[in-house]
Amino acid sequence: MRGALFLGWRYLAHHRFKTAVLLSAVTLMIFLPAATRLLVADSALALTARADHTPLLIGAKGSQLELVLNALYFHAERPPEITSQLLEEVRETGLATAIPLNTRFQARGAPIVGTSLDYFSFRGLDLAAGRMMGLLGECVIGANVARSQNVGVGDSLVSSPETVFDLAGVYPLKMNIAGVLEPSGSADDDAVFVDVRTTWVIQGLGHGHQDLEKAGAGNAVLTRNEKAITANASLVQYNEITADNVREFHFHGDTSGFPLSAVIAVPNDAKSSTLLRGRFQNGDIDGQLVLPRTVLGNLLETVFTVQNYVILGLVMLSLATIAVITLVFLLSQQLRHGEFQTLKRMGASRGFVSTLVASELGFVFLGSLLLAAALTWGARNYATEFLLSFMTL
Amino acid sequence: MAEIHINGLGFQYPGSRAFAMAVSELHVMAGECVAIVGPSGSGKTTLLSLVAGTLLPDSGEIRVGQTLINQLGETARRRFRIRDIGQVFQAFELLEYLDVTENILLGPIIDSAVNEQLRERAAALLSSVGLEDKAHTKPARLSHGERQRVAVCRAMLNRPGLILADEPTGNLDQANKQNVVDLLIKQARDNGSTLMMVTHDHSLLGSFERVIDFEELTGASA
Repeated sequence: MRGALFLGWRYLAHHRFKTAVLLSAVTLMIFLPAATRLLVADSALALTARADHTPLLIGAKGSQLELVLNALYFHAERPPEITSQLLEEVRETGLATAIPLNTRFQARGAPIVGTSLDYFSFRGLDLAAGRMMGLLGECVIGANVARSQNVGVGDSLVSSPETVFDLAGVYPLKMNIAGVLEPSGSADDDAVFVDVRTTWVIQGLGHGHQDLEKAGAGNAVLTRNEKAITANASLVQYNEITADNVREFHFHGDTSGFPLSAVIAVPNDAKSSTLLRGRFQNGDIDGQLVLPRTVLGNLLETVFTVQNYVILGLVMLSLATIAVITLVFLLSQQLRHGEFQTLKRMGASRGFVSTLVASELGFVFLGSLLLAAALTWGARNYATEFLLSFMTL
Repeated sequence: MAEIHINGLGFQYPGSRAFAMAVSELHVMAGECVAIVGPSGSGKTTLLSLVAGTLLPDSGEIRVGQTLINQLGETARRRFRIRDIGQVFQAFELLEYLDVTENILLGPIIDSAVNEQLRERAAALLSSVGLEDKAHTKPARLSHGERQRVAVCRAMLNRPGLILADEPTGNLDQANKQNVVDLLIKQARDNGSTLMMVTHDHSLLGSFERVIDFEELTGASA
């Protein structure tokens, strides 16, 4: 037995290329279906876990999936906006805690999430350093943002302009980093959190400039009368909110008409949840209320169906591979007839020769199994996040 | 040292009516170096296979030393081949995926009986034929002459009482043929082994103590 195993091992080691091809073929045969199933299962678990912790989501009427993916992962296409009046309406019902979300903007590729402090306690996010955002223009960043952009408390991030050709549009705002969150293994790690009013400043709905009534503003005054002061183009506009100029920032118009992407509603209890859903169904409140778990459940049904077809295809491919490997193996046995005869003439039994052949197959399958396991482990560690981001794009 | 005694031997390959072999009596003395000559296809290799226990006779008996080969079970005959005789094959039959030392140790490898003593013996044999620097070389990198010497070392590993050589000079030029025969005879004499070599090359016969004409032995010439 030991001798047959030794010869089998030496044969495989000598025919390295042939062994490597066999190992690769069998490894892929094992790895692909297993990894597909595991990765999809892991991704589904991650998807549903976040959805499970988000009881109700309110947004503008339109694609439910887009709304859920945007509100949960900040990645998806931007859903139609709602106004902050809807936020107030939900709050006024007294049935749920309403958390605003405004996810329109980005800073160096990271989504800027305009929200309230309730969001952090709702998601169970803790600070690794610094403090929560207190002033307009301050931000708290996720762990991955801090690591990938090499920034921390005291540094700053600048919001990305939406388009350089839109002169009247969104201007970059320099945001000071007040805190860095502990890693949570969720989309929150990749986000930049600001107060929802900061996103309105980024959008140009609020702004700050020098006080024309103060001394020294003379050059910026175009006309002045009892009712109004009109500034000229030399008026200094602030692109950073500081303790010194925060008082100069103000919003024009009614903030209840300002935009939000979605509102997370955390009902007080099951009854409140039912009542709130009823309000939306009756049309008492405009917009749509969705259960993220149900919406993602529908998405996952499609994903699992696709997965089953993919696995079926892989199984068919595996059967073809097995057929080819068998053919190669049988041809190889014919070529090795002389070698087997020598072994028998030297004193080897048929069982010895069979064990030798079986050991070669065994080594290849064992090696492939270990390789496939290592690849699957790697894929689960590194590809699940990729697959999740792909699914939530 | 092992003497060979064959008595009333009859053999026919299963399903073959064309070939039949009968040896009424053959006696090879212990330590004797014997050449068996005869035309190709006459059954010389079959006779060696019967002596080695690879084939079983239909009748008669084959005795090597004290062992009655034809009465041994299959496992005992295999063990006998591994432990008690040394074989040199026509094309040397070295396994390409084993190095020189492993090829010499092939018998004990099959028997799962490799030990340090055998390794030392293999090294000593290699040294005795001038191949000590080729211990870990694969056969594909050896010259023809070097392969012959490795094959002879493999046959000598267990200090066998009997060496069976099946036309080991078949594919060689005259100089190499004589080298192989000289090496075999030298090793057999050094070890006190009986040597039985099959050949159809009459130019080599002068090196042997006795030459047996296979056709006379089997009565095929009559």
